Amino acid sequence: MSASTAGLRTGRSSLQSQLSERPVIALVAVLLVLVAVIAVVRPGTVGPTWIGNTILFAAPLGIVAAGQTLVMLTGGIDLSVAAVITSAAYVAASQSYYGSVRAILLALAVGLGVGLVNGLGVAIFRVQPLIMTLGMSLVVSGSLLIYQLTTSHEGPPNVPDIARALGSGKLADLIPYSAFLWVAIAAIVMVGLRSTGLGRLMYAVGDNPVAVRLAGIRAWPVLLATYIICGFLAGVAGLVLLGAIGGADLSLGDVYLLPSVAAVVIGGTSIYGGHGGYAGTLLGALILTVLSSFFTLIDAPDPVKQILYGLIVVLLAALYVRTAGDSG
Amino acid sequence: MSASGVRLEGERRFTTPRLVRRNAWTLGTCALFVAVMIFTVVIHPSYGPFEVHSLVVGALPLAFAAVAEASVVLAGGIDLSVGAMMAVANVLAARYMLHHGFETSLIISALVLIGGSLAGGLNGVVAWRTRVPDIVVTLAMSFVWGGVALLILAQPGGGAPDQFLSIASGSFFTPWVPNGLLLLVFVVALVWVPIRLSRAGLALYAVGSDRTAAFRRGVTIGPVRILSYALGGFFAACGGLALLMSTGIGSPLSGTIYTLSAISAIVLGGVSLAGGRGSLIGPIVAAFILTLIPADLILLGTDPNYGQVVTGALIVLVVMAGGLAPFLRRRRPRLAA
Repeated sequence: MSASTAGLRTGRSSLQSQLSERPVIALVAVLLVLVAVIAVVRPGTVGPTWIGNTILFAAPLGIVAAGQTLVMLTGGIDLSVAAVITSAAYVAASQSYYGSVRAILLALAVGLGVGLVNGLGVAIFRVQPLIMTLGMSLVVSGSLLIYQLTTSHEGPPNVPDIARALGSGKLADLIPYSAFLWVAIAAIVMVGLRSTGLGRLMYAVGDNPVAVRLAGIRAWPVLLATYIICGFLAGVAGLVLLGAIGGADLSLGDVYLLPSVAAVVIGGTSIYGGHGGYAGTLLGALILTVLSSFFTLIDAPDPVKQILYGLIVVLLAALYVRTAGDSG
Repeated sequence: MSASGVRLEGERRFTTPRLVRRNAWTLGTCALFVAVMIFTVVIHPSYGPFEVHSLVVGALPLAFAAVAEASVVLAGGIDLSVGAMMAVANVLAARYMLHHGFETSLIISALVLIGGSLAGGLNGVVAWRTRVPDIVVTLAMSFVWGGVALLILAQPGGGAPDQFLSIASGSFFTPWVPNGLLLLVFVVALVWVPIRLSRAGLALYAVGSDRTAAFRRGVTIGPVRILSYALGGFFAACGGLALLMSTGIGSPLSGTIYTLSAISAIVLGGVSLAGGRGSLIGPIVAAFILTLIPADLILLGTDPNYGQVVTGALIVLVVMAGGLAPFLRRRRPRLAA
C-alpha cells in the first residue's frame, strides 16, 4: 500500500506533492476563492464588519470542531456534540435566574459529564464510539426534554451576561470576544497536540492501537481524556452559541452535527485516526461558515441552501482525498 | 447454506447446537422482545388485537428503516441518510397520490421504490468513486435529501387514497396478525431471500467482513457496495411509504429521527457495525422493541420522553454486555492455563 502511494508521489508535479504535504495551503486557497466570489457577487460586502461577523458565526463551530478533531484523531467520532451544545445552552439559559456563574458552571458540568460517560464507555468498556456517543445523544436529549418540563416554573429563561458578552460582544465594535476565546482554544489544542505527551498519544492511539499497547502504553486514559475534552469543548460552544443567538431552544445544536464532522474532514483529518490536526479544521470551519454566509447573501431558499451545502461538503472531501492521495 | 461459506475468524467452537450458536444474538433480541411483551401484558391486562395492530403500524416505518440500515452495514458501510431518503419517499408519495385512485397510488409507490433504490445506489457510487469515507458521504447526502424533501413539500400535507392507507391496517386471517406484519415479512423476504441465497448475498457478507480478503478472492468490491446501498435506498423508500400509511400525510421533517433509531435497532438486533455479521431478523425484532418501550412508559403513566433515555441507555448497555461476552471468553482459557 505504502509502496504504491510512494510510486504515485514520484510521478506527480511538484505543486501537487506540495499540496498533499501541506493541505493547509489548498484550504487557504479555497477560502480565498470563496471570499473573492462573495466580493464579486455582492460588491461592498467584504469588509472589517463582515469579517468580524463571519468569525462570530464560525467561533462555535470552530470550538466544537476542535473537540471533534481530537476524537477523530484517536479514530473515533462523537455524535453527541449536538445534544451537548443544546443541553449546555438550555441549562445555562434556564439557570441564569440564579446568577451567571452558577449557570455557566452547570452548563460546563453538563459537557464534562457527558464527555466523561462517553469516555468511560469507549475507553473502559470498549463500546464502538459511534454507538456510545449515539446512545448518549439519545440519553442527553431525552433528559433535556424532561428537564425542560420540570424546570419551566423556576423563573424566566435568560442569557447569562458572560455568555452574552462572549457570544455577541465585540472589542471596539470590530473584533468579537469569541474570537479571543477561539484563538486561545486553538493555540492550546495545536500546541498540545504537537508538544505534549497526551497530544502525541492521541495520534498514536488513532494511528496504531496495537503498537501503542506493545509499547507498554495504556490507551484508556488517553481515550478518556479525549472524550472529556470533546464534551467540555461542546459545552463551551453551546455557551458561545447561546450568547450569539440570544436564546436557547431544544434544537439549537442540531445544525452543528454535520458541520462539526465536515469541518474536520475537509480540514484533512482522517476519519480513521492518526493523521491531521487542528489547523485544517480551523480553516474548514471558516470555509463552511463563509459558504453558508454566501448562500444567505444570494438569497437562496433554505432547502436549496441545504442541498448545495451537502453537495459542496462531498465535493470538498472528494477533492481533498484526491489531492492528498489518502483514502481517508 | 451460503452462510457456512463465510468462515469468520476468531469464531470458537462450543458444544451448543450450531443454530443457537450462530444466531445467539438474534435469539437474545427475540427473548428481550418476549420479556418486554410479557411486561406489557402484565401492566395492561386487556392487551388485544387493537394494541397489536397499533404496535405493528407504529413499528412498520422503523422496521423498514432498520432493514435498510442493516443491508448497508452488513456490507461494511454505514448510511446516515436513511431517514432523509424516507422523508423524500414519504413526501413524494403524499404529494402525488393526493386526489388519485388506488391504481395510480400503486404505480406511484412503484416509482418511489425505484427512485429510492437509485438514490441509495447513488450513495454507493459516490462513496466508491470518490473514496470519501461512507459516514461523511451519507451524512452530507442526508442534508441533500433533507433539502429535496423540503422542496417537494414545504410543510406537512398531501395525502393518499383510503384504500392505500388501509393496506397496512386490515387483517386477512385473524385480527391478531395485521396485514402490516405480513407486508413487512413479504417485502423483506421477496427482496432479501433471493439475494441472500445467491452469490451476491455471499459477496455482500464477504465484503462486509473483510474487504481486502474479498477482493483477493475475486469479488468486485464496488458493485457489491453499490448493491448494498441500493438495497438500503429501496427499504428506506418502503419505510417512507409505511410512514405515509401510518400517519396519512406527508411530512418533510418526519424522517430525521429514523436514521438514529435505525442504527439503534440494528445495534440492538446484533448487526456488527464493523460489517459482515448479523441478520435482518434481529433488527426487525429490535424495531418492535424500540416501539413498544415508549408505549409501555405511557401505560405506566410515566413521561413518554423517558423513552428516549431508556432507549439510549438500553443500546449502550446491550452493546457493553455484548462486548463483555467475547472478552470473558478470551479470559477463560488464560485463567485455566
